[in-house]
Amino acid sequence: MMLTDIKSGNGHNGEYIDFYNAPTKRKGIFKWIFSTDHKRIGILYLVSLLTFFSVAVIFGFLMRLELIAPGKTIMDPQTYNQIFTLHGVIMIFLFIIPGIPAVFGNFLLPLMIGARDVAFPRLNLLSWWLFILGGFVAVISLFLPGGPADTGWTFYIPYSVRTNTNVIPALMGAFILGFSSILTGLNFITTIHRMRAPGMSWFKMPLFVWSLYATGWIQILATPIVGITLLLVAIERWFGVGIFDPALGGDPILYQHLFWIYSHPAVYIMILPAMGVISEVIPVFSRRTIFGYKFIAFSSIAIAFFGSLVWAHHMFTVGMSGTAMWIFSLLTFLVAIPSAIKVFNWVSTLYKGSIELEPPMLFALAFIFNFTIGGFTGLMQGALSLNIHIHDTYFIVGHFHYVMFGGTGFGIFAAIHHWFPKMFGKMYNKRNAKISFALILGGFQLLYFPMFIMGYLGMPRRYYDYLPEFHIWHLLSTIGSWILIPGLILMFVNLIMALKKGQRAEANPWGGVTLEWTIPSPPSFENFEKIPVVEKEPYDFTHYELGEEVKN
Amino acid sequence: MNQLVESVVHEHVHRDDVGAKIGMWLFLFTELILFGGMFLAYAVYRYQYGDFFALASKKLDVFFGLINTLILLTSSLTMAMSITAIRRESKKLSMLFLALTIFFALLFMVNKYFEWSAKFSSGIFPGSTELLNQPKGIIIYFGLYFVMTGLHALHVLIGMVILLVMFFYLKSDVINSDYYIMLENSGLYWHLVDIIWIFLFPLFYLIH
Repeated sequence: MMLTDIKSGNGHNGEYIDFYNAPTKRKGIFKWIFSTDHKRIGILYLVSLLTFFSVAVIFGFLMRLELIAPGKTIMDPQTYNQIFTLHGVIMIFLFIIPGIPAVFGNFLLPLMIGARDVAFPRLNLLSWWLFILGGFVAVISLFLPGGPADTGWTFYIPYSVRTNTNVIPALMGAFILGFSSILTGLNFITTIHRMRAPGMSWFKMPLFVWSLYATGWIQILATPIVGITLLLVAIERWFGVGIFDPALGGDPILYQHLFWIYSHPAVYIMILPAMGVISEVIPVFSRRTIFGYKFIAFSSIAIAFFGSLVWAHHMFTVGMSGTAMWIFSLLTFLVAIPSAIKVFNWVSTLYKGSIELEPPMLFALAFIFNFTIGGFTGLMQGALSLNIHIHDTYFIVGHFHYVMFGGTGFGIFAAIHHWFPKMFGKMYNKRNAKISFALILGGFQLLYFPMFIMGYLGMPRRYYDYLPEFHIWHLLSTIGSWILIPGLILMFVNLIMALKKGQRAEANPWGGVTLEWTIPSPPSFENFEKIPVVEKEPYDFTHYELGEEVKN
Repeated sequence: MNQLVESVVHEHVHRDDVGAKIGMWLFLFTELILFGGMFLAYAVYRYQYGDFFALASKKLDVFFGLINTLILLTSSLTMAMSITAIRRESKKLSMLFLALTIFFALLFMVNKYFEWSAKFSSGIFPGSTELLNQPKGIIIYFGLYFVMTGLHALHVLIGMVILLVMFFYLKSDVINSDYYIMLENSGLYWHLVDIIWIFLFPLFYLIH
């Protein structure tokens, strides 16, 4: 990387104006919602995603509160079904699938590869509008007679055709969001192929870019399947064509296959970019080049590939042939290999590094811890015999939240803390960030670990009521949510305060070496005054080992 | 400062024809997979209800299908000719061939309208009592038939709108012999619509 070219990114005539203050034709909010600047779109996504996240956290909190004791506590069973559906739909389709690519991919991809924008800026803006439209359509059912869907986020047939709640808005919302996701993936792949700075060969790309590349392919190749599947459920409800409805000859198991052909790869849409974030954070705070660059890069592709072939492990109890079962089980075990390669490489990067426990690093380390637990419990479910015992119990809920929240969620928090100074040009209070980290991590463990235990003991998922023997675990779990949520509030308040009162951040507060740290914080509208020429490996910390601190 | 304002105000839109084409191909992949999900459903149910599928497919009018196949294939030809024409700097000819393509698309839709009307008037449509009294295999066959050809027809309509926009771009010289990537990409989309029909036609009309 050209560390000498630290001034690039200054405005024309050598004057630097950050992109917030760059002159535009539009005024007020239109400066944002009609901007095709990838940085503004990234921040638009950040604000919209965190809004949806907060709503879904409230639903999650209410669910936990209901489950604090057996029997009715604060809501009736029907409301509970609708709340867990909304929690799932919003978290999955509106927060964690778009999550890192939409926010940090948009903001950082052009910066990391030395480009001025993505390949199709207007399409990028359209993606955001589709995202908002999809979110609106999905949430509108809250206010329609009949109330929101009560099917769970999986919309399983035949219940999703029979129920009288508003399933169609949720389906259409997810369909539109799928479009938004496809367009983002398409945009990123083209950008990575066409817009890398001179000298940036494939193996000089930062690993976050590799993970976005792998994610982009899954978004393009898997999302259309769920698009057509959800559309077919809607058509089934409207016209009764019979494609899924068993009463008319359709096959509900076919629905499950089609749903999971997308929705299993989708969990890799969620986790791969988070792994990319971790691969960026760990070298910076260990002051060491990443261990096994090519292995991490190719393991992203391998995860994308194998991850597309394991969907039926969600359906081991529906009655498939024995051969199909063991093949899917085997493939499930295989997908653990590239995931483990990443974990081993991160840990090896830490070895003999000069580790600095700044907030992003803490979240990254917690990611490795949570992801390891989440990954291993996933393997347990991939084993055929054990799967029968723990299928559809709280064990799966625990596993899923360890990977998705403990993994991707923590990855998002790591990314926010890592790139916050770059995005907003302000530094947050690190002490508060660390306190919020401790609360989030502690609350998280207390909230989700008991789920493994009660799941193993036989507590089924999605149930409104339970036997007294599970009371203690539900109680602990609910108490966990009371620690986790204050942690989240503290984290967000700390970041919002930083926007107002935070100290000015330097161009490179953490000593990173990828291209985004060579330009001022926040970047100028054009990102780079002159497109940089890349000469070095992406994680070259030799200057650090020679005793030179990189400061702007 | 004024000079700075001017140079910064422009949007980040740069020209990259190869990039645009990559983007279009990626989009076509998604379209193929969208239909792929339905072809998968077709395969599953054909395996499950093979005899009924054979029986039901005899109720379709091969003549309608054949005419529509010929119309679409010809429209792909005129589409390709329109692109070649603009490359050779012949704007008039390009507009003529594009207009012909749109005309064929319209013809396809008119034909489809009559075909579906005939089915509806003989009581075959999703949820009709006539159809619900039939065996399950027949219900599924017609369910797939209406959904798949319906979604295809929707794509023809979208294609028509796109081609119409391209026609006006040609007319106002937005598309010219130097910059015709939009027309090429629209052509790619149109060929995709054509190719999907080429699979739908034998699966529903020809094999018994």
